[in-house]
Amino acid sequence: MDLHELEAIAERELAQRPRLRILYCSATGCQASGALEVKRRLEGLLAETGRQVEIDVGAVGCLGLCGRGPIVRIEPSGATFEHVKPDDAGEIVAALDGHACHVARCDQDHPFFTRQLLIVRRHCGLINPDRIEDYIAVGGYRSLYHVIHEMTPAEVIQAITRSGLRGRGGAGYPTGLKWATVAKSPGERKFVICNADEGDPGAFMDRSILESDPHLVLEGMAIAAYAVGAEQGFIYVRGEYPLAIERLQKAIAQARRHGLLGAQIFESGFNFRVDIRVGAGAFVCGEETALIASIEGRRGQPRPRPPYPAESGLWGMPTLINNVETFANVTAIIENGPEWYSSIGTEKSKGTKIFALTGKIRNTGLIEVPMGITLREIVEEMGGGTPDGTPVKAVQTGGPSGGCIPASLFHTPVDYESLAAVGSIMGSGGMVVMDEHTNMVDVARFYMEFCKDESCGKCIPCRVGTVQLLNMLTKLRNRQAHASDLVKIEELCELMRETSLCGLGQSAPNPVLSTLHYFRHEYEELIGAEGDHGS
Amino acid sequence: MTTSTTETAADRGARPAGDNRRKILEATMKRFQYQGDALIEVLHKAQELYGFLSPELLSDVAQRLRLPPSRVYGVATFYHFFSLAPQGEHTCTVCLGTACYVRGAALLLRELEELSGVKAGHTSADGRFSLLTARCLGACGLAPAAVVDGEVVGHADRSDLAARIQALLGRER
Repeated sequence: MDLHELEAIAERELAQRPRLRILYCSATGCQASGALEVKRRLEGLLAETGRQVEIDVGAVGCLGLCGRGPIVRIEPSGATFEHVKPDDAGEIVAALDGHACHVARCDQDHPFFTRQLLIVRRHCGLINPDRIEDYIAVGGYRSLYHVIHEMTPAEVIQAITRSGLRGRGGAGYPTGLKWATVAKSPGERKFVICNADEGDPGAFMDRSILESDPHLVLEGMAIAAYAVGAEQGFIYVRGEYPLAIERLQKAIAQARRHGLLGAQIFESGFNFRVDIRVGAGAFVCGEETALIASIEGRRGQPRPRPPYPAESGLWGMPTLINNVETFANVTAIIENGPEWYSSIGTEKSKGTKIFALTGKIRNTGLIEVPMGITLREIVEEMGGGTPDGTPVKAVQTGGPSGGCIPASLFHTPVDYESLAAVGSIMGSGGMVVMDEHTNMVDVARFYMEFCKDESCGKCIPCRVGTVQLLNMLTKLRNRQAHASDLVKIEELCELMRETSLCGLGQSAPNPVLSTLHYFRHEYEELIGAEGDHGS
Repeated sequence: MTTSTTETAADRGARPAGDNRRKILEATMKRFQYQGDALIEVLHKAQELYGFLSPELLSDVAQRLRLPPSRVYGVATFYHFFSLAPQGEHTCTVCLGTACYVRGAALLLRELEELSGVKAGHTSADGRFSLLTARCLGACGLAPAAVVDGEVVGHADRSDLAARIQALLGRER
């Protein structure tokens, strides 16, 4: 495979594509809402009327508005329909012919769409994730070619560093710095791992990327491997994501067949193979050292750092671990240059971030927004507030490691530092909206129960602390707690933060502390009568 | 779970065994060259083939991969995905992720427990039905979500799920 052949595939693909197309979202959300039945009816109808050659019915990745599926879009007009039922097939074909159509349309002028800035999700909803030709037709694998033939590994790392890209898994570590550390660490072999163990309940950005544009992640991983000097990559993906696994398997096989993964990529000396490792349901495996243990076939228990995986990771070799979304940013940076990327976002947080907007919100789905947008713009303008108009009380970011941000602080810009300053974290991108009917003590208890179940049991602060905190929160919920228990809760939270081995235990108190800080009255309302004298 | 698809063909006939499933499992282990690192992949395959991991199966895997049984048992019990007891013929998994929780999944689960007489995480006495929970299905846009025999049900409500479960259990009676 060389650049000429790549261009030829793209040209052939575009030339043979019918002008009229009906594209349906084939991601998990829309499939669960009946997208495949809609597709069958459309295909049946076109076959009956002999138009199956003239009109193409194609699967595409996630279109974002997951709460309103199945979503169908027609080209060339670009009109997008929501809640499509199999019986709507005739109407949609009529719309393609320019006739009136009564199927509900997505309002694409709504802030939900207009406020988005698509970098990672730029191909989502445009290409068929099962076809590498579709990806090549939108310019895929050009960045990898460019990197291998026109840049040195050091130049690639410099470009990523200058772009200001930071880890999208939640902690926000500068990606360029991580790559540079792995590149300069000595080791007979090096590894690149894509962390697709998206365990935060309420987050599904990574699933959507893998289901919609798997080659984007593979290309990003290959560029990273070239930069750090690795020849073997792993994608560690949740067992709960069967569709993502299936599409990745298909994508890897296609890329190998085209000589875009494997030995001598683009007829160069660069080799890179990628294997999938399927997780087995352990939240703690999102932590990098636990994830490595799991790939090595062991219990997913973290170990103290340093040494960091960048120096001693998989089988003791220097290992680069980045999140799905981080890898998915790489080709855009190579394509458009680091200056372009760093012009987006805030001073310290560059580029865009994808959020999964869920909970008590009218427009549920995935949004990709530039860093620095305020929570108010996301929740009120893009999300459209709560479905029944009940006032929004708080938004939870960062899952079990994050916190609840009250509506009074919705002017907070979304960037790593600002979210940390209000007691939450950017996290991987879950954003759960809560209204006045949501009890914050219940929310804190919910997360603590989660952390208790998911604690790996290795270090005592986390293993015992989560159980004790859950007991105290349950006692509180049953109105059996005293005011002194609140003090104990706070003390134990501090202790866990300071002394736990890994991020799970260190951040497990966050949901409790943030709700205690902003919604203390809800805790105090649950304290029994004698508790009034306690503090 | 790598992309190789020819493993069973290559191994077929080489190892006479009565049970086809055993052969497939052996092929999987062979593909990973019987390396202990592949334990989780092998257990995935074993559970896919047998439905759950019996003590005999675990010790068999330990022997073939030359691992101490304690390590195999330790891994099998660490991960939620692996089940050491047989599950019901039909399953309903209710998602208890945050988005589903905020939209009433806990109440839904309680109602299903009452309706089916099966506690969450358990199987009915006749082995026909398991009621399970999941941390997050990643289908938050459809909250509350559930999976009935592998099919994701979005915006799940009590009557819809009850009807589906009844239909599944009733059809074979």
